[in-house]
Amino acid sequence: MIDNEINYDSEPVANAGDNSSNPTTSAYPDWRKDDNTLTNAGLPDEEQEWFCDARPQPARKSWQPIEDFLNWARANSLWILAFGTGCGAIELRPLVTSRYDISRLGMQPRPTPRQANVFMIGGYVSIKTLKRIVRSYEQMQGPKFVVAVCSCAINGGMYWDSYNTVKRIDEYIPVDVYVTGCMPRPEAVLAGFTKLKELIKAGKAEGQNLYAEKFDWYKENQKKVIKDWNMPDYNW
Amino acid sequence: MEQLYNNLSLQFELNDFMLRHGTQASFIAKREQLVSLLTNLRDIHGYTHLVMVTCVDWLEDKLFQLTYIVHNHHDQSDIIVKVLIDRDMPEMDSIHHLWEQGRVFQRELHEMFGISFPGSPGQDEPMILEGWQGPPPMRRDFDTKEYCEANYSNRERDSREPEEHMQRKLYPED
Repeated sequence: MIDNEINYDSEPVANAGDNSSNPTTSAYPDWRKDDNTLTNAGLPDEEQEWFCDARPQPARKSWQPIEDFLNWARANSLWILAFGTGCGAIELRPLVTSRYDISRLGMQPRPTPRQANVFMIGGYVSIKTLKRIVRSYEQMQGPKFVVAVCSCAINGGMYWDSYNTVKRIDEYIPVDVYVTGCMPRPEAVLAGFTKLKELIKAGKAEGQNLYAEKFDWYKENQKKVIKDWNMPDYNW
Repeated sequence: MEQLYNNLSLQFELNDFMLRHGTQASFIAKREQLVSLLTNLRDIHGYTHLVMVTCVDWLEDKLFQLTYIVHNHHDQSDIIVKVLIDRDMPEMDSIHHLWEQGRVFQRELHEMFGISFPGSPGQDEPMILEGWQGPPPMRRDFDTKEYCEANYSNRERDSREPEEHMQRKLYPED
């Protein structure tokens, strides 16, 4: 298990000095109109009205026994969106087929983000992929969880000095469970999902709420590396 | 292959002939003659398959070496045509009218090395590096580690000696 402490008060990663040269220091960055409204400035004019300009809100908790029951139910129906960015995606095939058969544990792969609630990132993340990851993650319906598989998603792995690969995926979307290895065996991935179930049952897999609370920090980080932002600021 | 090379030498200015494995010939051609040479190879000598177009960065000589590989399906032979172009003004004639797939290679070379192929369809659109703002990353004077450190943050490593770690984990009482 990796220590998942992130300093959210820190400056957004990379080139923090760039903004200082900008004389128009308004209270909000150019992607925020006010506290609750996003500008969607990257979109062309004809697409502006297709997308919502609201930002995500943390989910309200209900009475604790009901919340416990819901968490138990959530933990037992994990529908996976496997994002095969790298070689780790290969490990999903033995996982869903007869040998390791995850459907006996209440999990199944889904083809679209709209139907899934576990985002499994299988490997290294390039900038072009990160754009799709952010978009897919925001399109998933809550409650949603993220499992990052392979060492590349954790610290860059063998792409530690690549010009086009981000080294920490948890600065761009919140990650609940990491599975280490290059590549991890299907048993290790299963252990990761078991760990995720424990976290959900204990009410500790709060990545979605974290994303909503620290939305500015995550969005600043994403905008630092995705230079041609031509999608809505929050994708529904 | 030597005979083919000698025949081509009558028509084009070629040098540095080299033959490997009996079926793989390579030589250097002049930049202006490349398109007509490839047309000749494709239409007359049966080298109908463009295998790849790639580039070598000779930083010290201030040259880019473009390498065109064509294949003949009848006798399974390859010809590697090399062209040296100026590194400061990298521009080359497009071959997309000879092979449709040439534009994909040329688009990639434009993105990764900054070589311009005037007239090649879609070469200014991003292919892999969406929104890239730095210099072309496959040039040898681009420091990828420096760029990486300036743009992506690192996770601190917590390294352990495997022997000691497993000793402590498996036999904590010792």
